[in-house]
Amino acid sequence: MHWSLIIYAGIITFVTRFSMIFLLKKDILNDRAKKILSFVPAAIFPAIIFPPIFLNSAGSLDLEGNPQILAAIFAIIIGYFSKNIIATIFAGLISYWLLIFFYF
Amino acid sequence: MNNKLKTLAKGIIDVSPLMIPVVPFGIIYGVIGMDLGIGPYMTLGLSIIIFGGASQIVLLQLFSGGASSLVILSSVGAVNSRHVLYGAVLSEHLSNLKLSWKIILSYVMTDQAFAVSNNYFKKNNKDKNYHYHLLGSGFTCWTIWQISTILGIVLGSVVPEELGLSFTISLTFLALLIGDFRKFKNIIVMLVSGIVATIGYNTIPFKAYIIVAALSALIVALLLTLIDLKKK
Repeated sequence: MHWSLIIYAGIITFVTRFSMIFLLKKDILNDRAKKILSFVPAAIFPAIIFPPIFLNSAGSLDLEGNPQILAAIFAIIIGYFSKNIIATIFAGLISYWLLIFFYF
Repeated sequence: MNNKLKTLAKGIIDVSPLMIPVVPFGIIYGVIGMDLGIGPYMTLGLSIIIFGGASQIVLLQLFSGGASSLVILSSVGAVNSRHVLYGAVLSEHLSNLKLSWKIILSYVMTDQAFAVSNNYFKKNNKDKNYHYHLLGSGFTCWTIWQISTILGIVLGSVVPEELGLSFTISLTFLALLIGDFRKFKNIIVMLVSGIVATIGYNTIPFKAYIIVAALSALIVALLLTLIDLKKK
């Protein structure tokens, strides 16, 4: 990795944070634009979450006997009921360790 | 205590509970950076220069997958697009500040700092030094993020690979979405994004699967919102 890549990524991150604060005098985004922007995490994070879970190292679909899928489902159940970020991460991680230790 | 320090302290106190999940996230990030072999300086350098957990992880993931710089940078931009919303919401309160203040506050504006300081601004619009609240909350996030990154860098050389820590990337992002699990429309948007990314991982050229998946999911979000408006 080159430092220039990191610096460009830093500039892009800064510009998205700075642009509106710099340009706008008051909030001009209408409710519909805000509503759609509020979907951004739901639209992006699954694209990061899904491929490493469902695909094996060769890049093909791996649905049978995949401990990551089971552990992720367990984490979703815990997250749904507890609404707690740390509990969700640890539920997934510990169930994954138990699965690879005992079954796979 | 003078008013500026009081507001600064209030910002620090308000954001503190939200720092609890940031610590494991930062540690995991540090461990992954070391795992990918970019070394301690670059791992910490990313945390200081970019200062955004999701952007840093996306950058590492795409870099290790062999994506080009253009794809990496546009994916980072896509991940960051939510900050445009935060900036627009805060601009009303920050428009009278000097440029130097705007620059500093933009650098430290994270999801957590935005959440607590926007709340404070709405309730305390008579406080002349209200921007010190965002300074306090933002720099608390910054400090915690750098410390936990360093912890991860130290642990990264000790943690064995068999523990599958790369899986924790998926789990961390999953945990950030728990607020969406109970909303039907958000579940549809999440499934579209995930399925498009999984199918597109090998079929979409240049590792642009994150951008394509995010745009497809946002179009679905737009359609769902429009359908909702027509009903009313």
